Amino acid sequence: MVTEFTPLSAALGGALIGISCALLLVLFGKVAGISGLVKSLFTPLKPDNVWKVCFITGLLIAGVATSLIAPELLEGELSLPPWLIIIAGLLVGVGTSFANGCTSGHGVCGMSRFSTRSWVSTCVFMLVAVITANLVG
Amino acid sequence: MKAITSVFLGFIFGLGLIISGMTNPDKVLNFLTFGESWDGSLIIVMAVAMGIMMLAWFWVSKKDTPLFGEAFSLSNLKNVDRRLITGSVLFGLGWGLSGICPGPGLVQLVSFKMEFWLFFASVLGGMWVAKKI
Repeated sequence: MVTEFTPLSAALGGALIGISCALLLVLFGKVAGISGLVKSLFTPLKPDNVWKVCFITGLLIAGVATSLIAPELLEGELSLPPWLIIIAGLLVGVGTSFANGCTSGHGVCGMSRFSTRSWVSTCVFMLVAVITANLVG
Repeated sequence: MKAITSVFLGFIFGLGLIISGMTNPDKVLNFLTFGESWDGSLIIVMAVAMGIMMLAWFWVSKKDTPLFGEAFSLSNLKNVDRRLITGSVLFGLGWGLSGICPGPGLVQLVSFKMEFWLFFASVLGGMWVAKKI
């Protein structure tokens, strides 16, 4: 599906993401990596990890609030056959676990820290994603 | 207090993903795919978020502790190893196929579309498998 280039809402959304990550770091000393937060759901809940469940809850509340107030903002669909959705999901799950991060942890939080691992990871997954999308799309 | 603040920060993060359109897989795929329908929004989202985070890291570099907390809990991994590269390649494959990464995948669960639940269940499955390897 064709989408519009939306620089203003992209900048506004990026600012909100940046502010969220920055406050988490400055207030609590934590890094907002979504794949890491999700992965922590597999370990028994310790007091240290309660904030992770809370952060995920906040993400979901943002989705629920939007679907009530402005559901058109949540438009989007996965136009893939179910078996390919499963493969894509498995690849994202295994990949972010091995790499210890995804677009948020390595991309936003890690690269801005000038972490070599994050720059390497982001460049590799971006390049592979571009090749994949152009071959499949 | 930390719990409530974390819910709020997650909420802000989620709003950011939604407002920027990153919860729409087509918008991500149109960034990744070069052609007439190329959509550069994603790079602006990342650049602005990174810019703000650079300020935060600069602040961190001058402090010993966060405002509320004993210490910064940051990764001290340094080496670029095979596991990092393999993981990044696999993630790139899955992201390039679907146009969804973990954050938008979580948010889209609330749209109650079967396809997003299937995707997220598979992500969890992948993470579970990775723990065993």
